[in-house]
Amino acid sequence: MSKKDHASLADAFNKDEPRVDWHDKTLWFIREKRDRAAQKVPEWEWLRSTASAIKDNVLSNLSEYLTQFEAQAQRNGVVVHWAADAKEHNDIVYGLLKKHGVDRMVKSKSMLTEECHLNEFLSEQGIEVIDTDLGERVVQLAGEPPSHIVLPCIHKKKEEIGEIFHEHLGTPAGNADPQFLTHAARLHLREKFLTRRAALTGVNFAIAETGEFVVCTNEGNADMGAHLADIHIACMGIEKLIPLREHLGVFLRLLTRSATGQPVTTYSSHFRRPRPGQEMHVVLVDNGRSRHLGRKDFRNSLKCIRCAACFNTCPVYRRSGGHSYHTAVAGPIGSILSPNLDMKAYSDLPFASTLCGSCSNVCPVKIDIHEQLYRWRQVIVQEGHAPAAKKMAMRTMSWVLSNPSVYHTAGKAGRWFMLNAPFTVNNGLNPWWKGRDMPEAPKESFGQWYKKNRK
Amino acid sequence: MSSRDKILTTVKGNQPEQRALPALIPPVDAAPNDPSKQFVEVLEAIGGRAFIVSGWQRIGTILKEEYAHGVRIVTSCDALAGIAEVAAHFADAHTLDNVELAVLEARFGVAENGACWITEDRMIERALPFIAQNLALVIHKKDVVATMHAAYERIGDADYGFGTFIAGPSKTADIEQSLVLGAHGPRSMTVFLVDEEMSDAGFY
Repeated sequence: MSKKDHASLADAFNKDEPRVDWHDKTLWFIREKRDRAAQKVPEWEWLRSTASAIKDNVLSNLSEYLTQFEAQAQRNGVVVHWAADAKEHNDIVYGLLKKHGVDRMVKSKSMLTEECHLNEFLSEQGIEVIDTDLGERVVQLAGEPPSHIVLPCIHKKKEEIGEIFHEHLGTPAGNADPQFLTHAARLHLREKFLTRRAALTGVNFAIAETGEFVVCTNEGNADMGAHLADIHIACMGIEKLIPLREHLGVFLRLLTRSATGQPVTTYSSHFRRPRPGQEMHVVLVDNGRSRHLGRKDFRNSLKCIRCAACFNTCPVYRRSGGHSYHTAVAGPIGSILSPNLDMKAYSDLPFASTLCGSCSNVCPVKIDIHEQLYRWRQVIVQEGHAPAAKKMAMRTMSWVLSNPSVYHTAGKAGRWFMLNAPFTVNNGLNPWWKGRDMPEAPKESFGQWYKKNRK
Repeated sequence: MSSRDKILTTVKGNQPEQRALPALIPPVDAAPNDPSKQFVEVLEAIGGRAFIVSGWQRIGTILKEEYAHGVRIVTSCDALAGIAEVAAHFADAHTLDNVELAVLEARFGVAENGACWITEDRMIERALPFIAQNLALVIHKKDVVATMHAAYERIGDADYGFGTFIAGPSKTADIEQSLVLGAHGPRSMTVFLVDEEMSDAGFY
């Protein structure tokens, strides 16, 4: 198969079984931390329903909240930009840097800029971007995209990170101590913070009422970048709006407990006005979100606050790795957001699930993730994006099941082959056999048994 | 049509019918009896530490014991003039790179997550609480609220250019989930809870 789809990429990941087990366990450990944090809050379910209801209100008033936010932010001295798509977003950021004669920038975590492929674009324009989140810096040095939206290098072992740092930062070969490597990155990135004039950050929440926006980090990298730079550019999807400042109380209680099991991130920074002499810009990005809002069955996915609890709990994500999703936002939520961006390119993702429903159960804003995964499958098949092999298999099955004589013959043939020539089914050509043992074939079918025993 | 108008038109056309905002009344009153006690426990669990002290003099004594003479300590508190550089403003925040300790007055603490809320008028420079190698925040012991709901109730419609909740030292677990304190910001975070009735002999 030439096309890189989830199944083939997951196959590649699964070649190294001990690593899959390690990846699986590491993420489950985070899921357990999330459980402990959630259980300590007796009103946890109230928080989830309230967050979900606030987001319902946001979606039903989004155009009003956007214009309210714009007016408030402008009043605060923030410049607001609107980008219809990824290209316009990248052009706006590039235009701002060019205007200031800046060719080096620090950036804190922003999945939106991953979605827009900003780094590649800016690098083509001769602008150096340094990712300052430790995990993002690791994957950037490795030449890879993040594999997880909260833990970007969760797929990397510390020895591999030691090697990357040895090559790029000159740390001693063979040193893989997390404390030591983190300190090396601290020194390396502090120099960048002190010398870069422009900083780009993401946005966790933007408040329509006040025009302020909130950025959450544990490392402090968004703040180090923004407060030391002459120009701060904050990029956000239009769905990040919330109505009132007091709603942050709900979302900040949920976000980090769901993400890592901490009670809150180390820093929850509220940016309202640029500091004297500084320029502050907010780029509001659509890139398909307004279209998605019109899809009744799928619009709920726009409530996502990017905690990644659904990644950590997902049995498929844990065992296939973030890169198998070949999209900026992987995991269950990425699998229902990506088909909106490009249904054909991401037609495989809604099938990368067991539909067990665990994602929906941990989601802090109660997105019906597994139900949307199921509904996307219907849409994708109807629109003709199902893989050829699956379409053929479904057609064959429907022919067999609707013709009794064909059905009986096929059953007989299947049993004969499994009994007398098991190698014909127990091989890699049979997709069902991968990861499963074929059942022992009975000597007769239920139909035959019933005929004999009916009295 | 500009992108702004295009986006707003599509959003307006596609947004679902009006849904009301929910009330923000938690069903359980989870307020602890002594919020400052919970605050200290949670802060210690997230890698910070707390001292309950009688006042500035005691804070000065503790810091003098911990920080060698000559290291750069920056504060906005006149009471610490003997051991620290008291400042209201720095022309260039980049020069704060060599600050070993910043001592600032936060506005209040939050019991459920060990965070302190501080606004920029109390930071000297916005960069300072992040660029300093170590951070100490001072709040009054009675200024600890139970939850983030109470925190925003307290913040109300305050007008700040920048404000932040700080919960513990800067940290990361990006390398194999091993927790390391001191990612980019302060490697340690100390909160002094001032209680005038406190005897200095019995501090935490």
